[in-house]
This record gives sequence, structure tokens and C-alpha cells, in this order.
Amino acid sequence: MAENKRTDDVTGIETTGHEWDGIEELNRPLPKWWVYVFYVTIIWSVGYYFFYPSWPLISDYSRGLLGYSQRMEVAEDLEAAQQAKSVWRDQIGEKELPVIVDDPELLRFALAGGQAAFGDNCASCHGSGAQGFVGYPNLNDDAWLWGGTLESIHTTLLYGIRSNHPETRFNDMLAFGQQGVLDRQQVEDVSHHVLSLSGSEHDEEAASRGEPLFADNCVACHGEGGVGNNELGAPNLTDAIWLYGGDLADIRESVWAGRGGVMPAWIDRLDDVTIKQLAVYVHSLGGGE
Amino acid sequence: MLKAAENQEVADVEAVNAKQARPLYAERVKIHPKLAHGFWRNIKWIVLVVTLAIYYVTPWIRWDRGPHLPDQAVLIDFPERRFFFFFLEIWPQEFYFITGLLVLAAFLLFLMTSIAGRVWCGYTCPQTVWTDLMVMIERLIEGDRAKRLRLDKEPMSASKFGKRVAKHSAWLLVALLTGGAWVFYFGDAPTLFVELFTGEAPYVAYVTVGILTGTTYLLGGLAREQVCTYMCPWPRIQGAMIDDESLMVSYRDWRGEPRGHHRKDESWEGRGDCIDCKQCVAVCPMGIDIRDGPQLECINCALCIDACNEVMDKVGRPRNLIAYDSFQGMEAAASGKSHRYRFVRPRTLIYAGLIALVSLMMLTALAFRTELEVNVLRDRNPLFVRLADGGIRNGYTLRVLNKTHEMVTVDLSQEGLPNAELTLLGDDDTTVSIMPDDLTSLRAFIVLPPEQAEAAIEAGNEVLDFSFVATEQESGRISRNATTFRLPEGR
Repeated sequence: MAENKRTDDVTGIETTGHEWDGIEELNRPLPKWWVYVFYVTIIWSVGYYFFYPSWPLISDYSRGLLGYSQRMEVAEDLEAAQQAKSVWRDQIGEKELPVIVDDPELLRFALAGGQAAFGDNCASCHGSGAQGFVGYPNLNDDAWLWGGTLESIHTTLLYGIRSNHPETRFNDMLAFGQQGVLDRQQVEDVSHHVLSLSGSEHDEEAASRGEPLFADNCVACHGEGGVGNNELGAPNLTDAIWLYGGDLADIRESVWAGRGGVMPAWIDRLDDVTIKQLAVYVHSLGGGE
Repeated sequence: MLKAAENQEVADVEAVNAKQARPLYAERVKIHPKLAHGFWRNIKWIVLVVTLAIYYVTPWIRWDRGPHLPDQAVLIDFPERRFFFFFLEIWPQEFYFITGLLVLAAFLLFLMTSIAGRVWCGYTCPQTVWTDLMVMIERLIEGDRAKRLRLDKEPMSASKFGKRVAKHSAWLLVALLTGGAWVFYFGDAPTLFVELFTGEAPYVAYVTVGILTGTTYLLGGLAREQVCTYMCPWPRIQGAMIDDESLMVSYRDWRGEPRGHHRKDESWEGRGDCIDCKQCVAVCPMGIDIRDGPQLECINCALCIDACNEVMDKVGRPRNLIAYDSFQGMEAAASGKSHRYRFVRPRTLIYAGLIALVSLMMLTALAFRTELEVNVLRDRNPLFVRLADGGIRNGYTLRVLNKTHEMVTVDLSQEGLPNAELTLLGDDDTTVSIMPDDLTSLRAFIVLPPEQAEAAIEAGNEVLDFSFVATEQESGRISRNATTFRLPEGR
């Protein structure tokens, strides 16, 4: 191609002799040292083959003389981060929950760790914002089945509810209808009475028929007037919060078939410090007592 | 010795970018620019001293900001994430001030280029300034152009070796000082200065000094014009800012041609003023021939103007055969017409307008820059929480920035939700103190009592507007932040 070299009329500059469909290239020479630098980089790249992982092999890859791996680096970084955190983690492990909450620095660390742990372990049931779903309590509000103090939340976290841990929190909302304790009409009447407790719309007549049935069957756990009992995990039936829904149909279903959600015990799954952080985090969501 | 005129020698030099017979890969032609004397050279000396002084002295200027903050006028504080510039202290989120400055600098460059060509390249670009400095050192040690050429050809001797060692040592010293000065912008200069010598300076400081020493030596001392010709994008871009009326260093061929050596007593009739002495090529730091017309390599440093003027004085012809001129000015002069240079034209007006606009925007931003800022982030998950008594609660994260250098105590309240209660997590009241130069993050809850909540839901008002109000206790200054309160959908 070089024989096509000629001097361009417009610029007076020689062409390289390269031509594509009549388009020619002016010769703007590359400095020689630049070309040498290019060769040096090629030679340099060979070094990578020896020092860094490069060639794929059948079941492995060539690991290189330096044995470098980004994954290993991440593991080291994580280890270092864990080390850096241990100052705080140790303190959280040693101190009582109220003390942690009163120390702004510890509180900040506990909240950050608690939030992360919540996302990993709790969000699948309680929601990423702890807003809850039907059957899974909203942890932002101020209604607590088993108490909303730091201590109560901590205990719930440790042993769970109806879990397989011997210390678990446990209660039994009977399936009054299914087990034949109350017949259909009675379930209907009790449901109307329950609706009346929170001032919701209800049938006066049915509610008054349900009142003695409520006293006989429900007061033992839900308390006089249905105000609930944190010791027994019995929900307050007079407030605006309904774990399984507050319509007549929902309540009828609860009385007929009973209810009983399960929360696992975390004592065997998470370490002590993480559970404490979770307790602090859940307590901070707005309903802590 | 070949003579171009009675008292003017011909320089033995060819332009490095001659158009003919180019190889595909060019050997570097070493350029030994000759020292020029004259008006533009003096301007360049002044610019060199001023710009280098700004660079080396700035980090040493002190600026009192009170006991807790650095007293360095210009400091980029990475660990604390602050940029101090005299009276200004910029936080990371205010980086748009720097962006604005860079935009401004770009438009200034465009304006400058459209008016007077590559003024930046010729006078103020660090590459030009440092190269000029390195060439000056070379001249002081090895002598001017002729001596340097001779020295290059000489076989190695003790004296040549000594000169070479002295030159490279001096270059390296300049490079070291350049790299050394750079790190002072990132740490307290007097402290860091001592630390650099005692070995206590941070690792990154030594690395930075090392890298900049290397690049200054390489780019300013060794590579020189190659940086402008091969590495820098600006020579390729600047053509877009230049038009027929831009001033550029130009050879007035209408006056200079036909060129040729001038013999004693020969008439100047019927020939050009250019005596082809090649002094313009000899002084050119880019090693080019300005008489070939405007070209990518030309940095418009105007040294050829000085060189040519000196020759014109000697041969008794008018000065400014090479001068700042525009295409239109040259054309008019060639055809004997008078020409008025127009600096005010659409292109320059647009650039000037953009400069004014950006400056105005930045000044406005600066004037309205608050020293206490409250940012409200409302919870999105959950949007609202129904409480046991039927009330509705919303959660917010408040970030309070205190940019002042004193502790500020703020009373927080809300405006727009009568009867709603504001509480702060982990706090008994709604008064908070923010440390000087700090950011505090607060969790705030607002509870709308059952009656109001019920009424709003019945009325179908899912979203209520209200504001967080922060009142500074000392100054009584108030800042409001509008946000919303959300309720469940109406039935």
C-alpha cells in the first residue's frame, strides 16, 4: 500500500498510502518512543501471567506466584472490620440494655447493627420496615402482645413464641368453634361482643348475648373488658390494632379456629450481641415502652 | 557562517514538523530553543514568576478560623471532608461550588481562546511554565542554543558529564519541590514540612511527592513539547473556539514574501521583508516554523515575535512581521484595506454571557448558603403507623447540619398540624445541641391524635402538609422544612 503515498493538495502533507474507498490518511507520524512504550507494556503484561491469576484450566485456574485473590482480600477486610467493631460489640455484650440505650455512642452502634440484623433475619416475616403483615405483628406501633419494654422484647427474641425452645413464650388461643366449645351462633354472638369492645360497628342484640359467653370463655386470658394481658400474650381487644384483622369475618374466624403464630427462638441462631442489638433496634422503632 | 543579511546570521535549524517525507514513526528531533529577548519574553518571565509563586506560596498563607479548625487559608482536608478556601468552608455536599468554578474556568478559557488564541497554552499552562523553567535551568548550566548543540555533539568528557549531572540534579530538585508543594494543599503545611523530613509524614504524602517529582521531571524536563503535540487534547479542541477574527501569532506573508537573504545595499523593492534567517524557528520551544501558517503544534507563546522584531530592527525594516493578527486582519492588510478588530462578536458575547450567568448562579448560591441546615427524610416504610388508641404516627429522620464554628442549640417544633405531638427518639424534650462543624441525625415522631386522624381519613385527606421548624436559641433564626404527614386511604 505504501506505494500509493502522495502529497495531499489541500494540506501539503504526505499521506500514509492507506486508502479506503477513496478516503486517504494524512501521515501524522507517531513518535518512536511512543511505539517503544507500547512494546514495553506488552512485555509488562507477560509478567501478569506469572504473578497474577490469569489462565483458566480445566478444573481450576493458574493462581500466579503472588497468590492474589480479591475474594481473599474481602475476607481479610471483613476480618479487620470485625476486629474494629469488637470494641463496641464487647461493650454491648457486657452492659445491660438500659445502659446501652443511655449511651449515645453505644446506642448508635446498636441501632446500626440491629437494623442490619433485622434486614437479614426478621424482615422476611415482619417486613423490611417492621410494618408487619396479617398474622405478623407491626413492631412500629405501641401495642405489644408480650410487652414492649427492652427486657420483654429481648426475652421474646431469645426464646421465640411457640418455638421449639423449652423457655419459649407460649399460649393457646383455643379453636372454640372447631373444638365444639361454642356453637356457630355462640361464636357469632361472642364476635359481636368483641367488636363492641373497641367501639366498632356491631349488632347490639348479638353482643349482649355474647357478653356472658365472653366472660366465661375469654376473660381468663383477655382480661375483664378484653384489655389483654402482656404476661400471657393475650392481645388487647379494645384498641385499634388487629393482628388478624378487625372485621366481623376475621374475628369470627379467630374465635372459630383459634390463632397461634410462631416466632423462632434466636438464642441458638444469633450471637448474644446481635440479639441485644436487635432488641434495642426494635425498641427504637417507635412503640418501645 | 551563512548570512541572511549584513548583520544577521542564518540559524541552522529546520522545523520539526516539516510536511514532506515524513516517516510513519517519527524520531524525536531534540529542540534547543534559543533565548529570545523582548516584550513577550518579559511578559512570560512575569507570568512564570507569578504563577510559580502562587503555587508555592498559597499553602503557607494562614487564616484564623478559631481554635478547633485549621488555620491554613487553602486546605483540602480529606479526613474531615472539608475544603477550606479563605473565608469559605465547603462541605462535601456543596461540591457544586467546585463544579461551578471548573465550569467558569472552562468558559473563561473558551472566551480567552476566541479572543486571543491559545493564551492559556502560551503563557499560563503548567506544562509551559515548568518547561520554561527547566529550559532556563538548562541554559544557565549548559549555555544557550549554540553551546548546547555543540555540547550534544561532543564526546563524553569530565566537563560534559559534570554539566549533565548538574542539569539533571537541578531538574530533579525543581521536580521534588513541585511535588513537595502539592502535598501542602492537603495537610497543615508547617507541620507536614517538618514531618516530611523526620519521616513521620503519612505514607501517601511520600508517594504523592514521588509521583509528582517523577512526572515533573519527565514532562517538564524530558518530554517538553511532546506533551503538547501528542498528549494534550486542547490543541485539537481549541480550533472550535477560533474564528476569522481571533488573534493568533501569525506570520504576515503578504509583507514577508517572497523571502530571501538580503545582500548589503540591495534594494527592498520587489521582495519581502523576511530575510529567511530562521531566528523564529530557533527560538520556538515547539521547534516549528511559524511561516508555515497556523498549526496544531503552535502554542502561541509569541517568542517568534520577539525574535523577528529584533531582526527587523537590525535590518531596518518595520517591526511586527510576525505579530498577533487575525485571518481577517491579514486579508484586509494584504489587499491594502484598513481593518477594525472586533472583539465583541456573537461568539465572545455568548461565552461572556455564560460566564456572567454561571458567576451569578454561584454568587446567589453563596449568598443564600445557610450555616444551619435541617434536612427532613420521611419514613417510606412504613408510611404511617396506626397506634393502639387509633392515632396515626409518622416517622422522620432529621439531619441537622451546623456549619458554624460554635455549638448551636435548636428548638424543634412543627407547624401546620394542630394538636399533633412531636417527640424525638431518646430525648425528653425537643431541644437539641449540635456540635460546631458537625452533623446530627435525629429520629422524630409525629403523632396525630385519634379524633384528628379519624376526621382527616373521613375527609379523604391522605396527605397533610406541615413544616418542621428549627429555631436557633441564640440568634432566634428560624428555618422551616416543608414535608408531609401521611394517613391511611379514606374508606
